[in-house]
Amino acid sequence: MISLAPLVEVRDVHKHFPIGSGLFGRGRARVHAVEGVSLAICAGETLGLVGESGCGKSTLGRLMLRLLEPTSGDVLFDGRSLLTLAPRELRAMRRQMQIIFQDPYGSLNPRMRVASIVGEGLDIHRLGTRRERRARVAELLELVGLPPDAAGRYPHEFSGGQRQRIGIARALAVGPRFIVADEAVSALDVSIQAQILNLLQDLQRRLGLTLLFIAHDLRVVEHMSDRVAIMYLGRIVECGPRAEIYRNPRHPYTRTLLSAVPVPDPRRRKLRMALGGDVPSPVNPPPGCALGMPWRCAGVRLRLSRPGAAAMRSPVTSFRRRACRRPTARRCDGWQR
Amino acid sequence: MIAARPAAAPPLLEVRDLHTVFALEEGAVRAVDGVSFALERGRVLGLVGESGCGKTMTALSLMRLVPPPGRIVDGQVRLEGRDLLRLPEREMRAVRGAGLGMIFQEPMTSLNPVFTVGSQIAEAIRLHRRVSRRAAWARAVELLDEVGIPEPQRRAREYPHRLSGGMRQRVMIAIAISCEPQVLIADEPTTALDVTIQAEILDLLRTLRERHGMAVVLITHDLGVVAEQADEVAIMYAGRIVEHASVLDVFEHPLHPYTQALLRSMPSLGSERRRRLEAIPGQVPDLLHLLSGCHFRDRCPKAIGACAEQDPPLEEKERQHAAACIRV
Ligand SMILES: Nc1ncnc2c1ncn2[C@@H]1O[C@H](COP(=O)(O)OP(=O)(O)OP(=O)(O)O)[C@@H](O)[C@H]1O
Ligand SMILES: Nc1ncnc2c1ncn2[C@@H]1O[C@H](COP(=O)(O)OP(=O)(O)O)[C@@H](O)[C@H]1O
Ligand code: SF4
Ligand SMILES: [Mg+2]
Ligand SMILES: [Mg+2]
Repeated sequence: MISLAPLVEVRDVHKHFPIGSGLFGRGRARVHAVEGVSLAICAGETLGLVGESGCGKSTLGRLMLRLLEPTSGDVLFDGRSLLTLAPRELRAMRRQMQIIFQDPYGSLNPRMRVASIVGEGLDIHRLGTRRERRARVAELLELVGLPPDAAGRYPHEFSGGQRQRIGIARALAVGPRFIVADEAVSALDVSIQAQILNLLQDLQRRLGLTLLFIAHDLRVVEHMSDRVAIMYLGRIVECGPRAEIYRNPRHPYTRTLLSAVPVPDPRRRKLRMALGGDVPSPVNPPPGCALGMPWRCAGVRLRLSRPGAAAMRSPVTSFRRRACRRPTARRCDGWQR
Repeated sequence: MIAARPAAAPPLLEVRDLHTVFALEEGAVRAVDGVSFALERGRVLGLVGESGCGKTMTALSLMRLVPPPGRIVDGQVRLEGRDLLRLPEREMRAVRGAGLGMIFQEPMTSLNPVFTVGSQIAEAIRLHRRVSRRAAWARAVELLDEVGIPEPQRRAREYPHRLSGGMRQRVMIAIAISCEPQVLIADEPTTALDVTIQAEILDLLRTLRERHGMAVVLITHDLGVVAEQADEVAIMYAGRIVEHASVLDVFEHPLHPYTQALLRSMPSLGSERRRRLEAIPGQVPDLLHLLSGCHFRDRCPKAIGACAEQDPPLEEKERQHAAACIRV
């Protein structure tokens, strides 16, 4: 069930990373990894976040969990700002938010047994007795489809898909309400990817999870999401219900992305609308439209607007935002139906 | 394989019963286990399969660049009838470049970080042609232009780390086509790239193919890429080709249970929302511990007792449509 109340919300968040420090003094150059993003994810909803490499997806996901401090803006969980919480409150809040990483190899400690990896969160949060924890780990392994004897083995004894299951079990251990899945299936083979996508969907339904599903594969995102946000150079350029984004994309960048996706139907080979040139760098980006020069989007001039946080208070699922104004088109700042 | 052809001219490229083995302490890994196919001029063969199934080793075997302890132990690789596996290494060097060009899977690692991209292309040219340094450089700049790199004069003098992933891949393509190969082998040329850049690189490959009339072996695990680019498709599983047919037949009328399952397990744009994907149970096979009989049988929905008894050979089941399954 998707409710209309946002569980997670970011309001006009910015994240700038200083770069080129050292030689040039206190690094004048900054990466504008996230540039004024306002988004809400409703309880029980899956929000898909897509965009090209380096556009800021992971950074935004980490901001939502407060694994990174925003340069400015606010991050709310269940209506409370995470930025003003006392450390102890934040730690308690952490139980409710977890992350699953892309790399099933690098993200698991090779020297720990699966039982310790999965149970680590229980230990940290001191949940249950030792015996209860062991029972909980067994239950989690079963939940994600791993054999019971997996508990005593080490990560390297498992395949990529199985390691991703371990990562999912670890994330679920402390009973979170919100999970950021950051490219959770990107490193997997097609047949295994399908297993993990199905698992995530089942778990979400059974446990009522809220999901930020980050991926660069538009096909996978369509399959998983209720709503989709398209990110480009640190900004959300379009956001709306899945079917609308995919059937009726409004932003030229969304259209370009969609038209670049290969269609698995040899009768429908198509001429694509390609962006000219490489993606501009988010280091000191050009002002105005993040798409930059008009030649990058088929002759349409773009400017970006930044809808204010006020718009965020409306029930999110029924709205759709475009961060793009075409001079020739109807004006549209912020949310519209 | 496909093509029961008149005896006249041999196909441009013909691979027969190729076997490449890694002899490890734990046992023999048959990375390429009896692969056969033929490819005609100007055609694109999509070679598809999941990681570890032997796509790269097939490509490297054709180039005779299998890394040790891997070894080609049997088979033939005929380019215009001439068996490359029997050539002295010196002659093979000439074939690499002008006969077979290859785009390697990792563009980062296959470009040398300490040389400019222009000099790397020029060097590739001089390896095969007796031309002056200056002529080779001029040709390198031309090639950068041809693969769509803006300001090729300037870019030629840059080092690989200054280029984006898409540009590096264009440089790799420039090197691969620098000697106008008859067959271009592209090993996952777009896997590491964003979808928009992927589209551009695939368009570039198509343009080059049309301009130069090259045949292409396009290796990928993305069935969407295959559907858009290939004329025919070979599906690999555990070191073998299990199905080989025209691209239309493979997508509209797949015969092998693995191909069928692969097509169903893949989300595609516009598919029904929340349709459960039909995942293939089990794991990608480990070539060290293969099952007797059909290697796919532990994951196959159609498996029967007899599947354990014999290796199903790749046979023509319908016209120009081969599959390796006893139940087809
Ligand atoms: N700790 C950091 N220090 C400096 N720059 C950073 C840091 N983390 C991220 N960046 C930069 O911020 C931008 C956004 O990075 P981010 O990892 O969020 O992208 P992404 O959309 O997740 O990309 P990918 O699809 O490749 O995972 C990039 O330009 C990246 O180089
Ligand atoms: N250096 C090596 N030593 C041992 N086995 C290897 C080596 N390189 C590749 N292999 C084996 O060969 C098989 C095929 O590998 P590869 O052709 O790279 O697969 P693909 O390109 O289809 O992902 C794999 O199962 C792998 O384990
Ligand atoms: S031979 Fe048997 S196990 Fe193998 S693909 Fe055919 S039906 Fe399945
Ligand atoms: Mg990322
Ligand atoms: Mg490979």
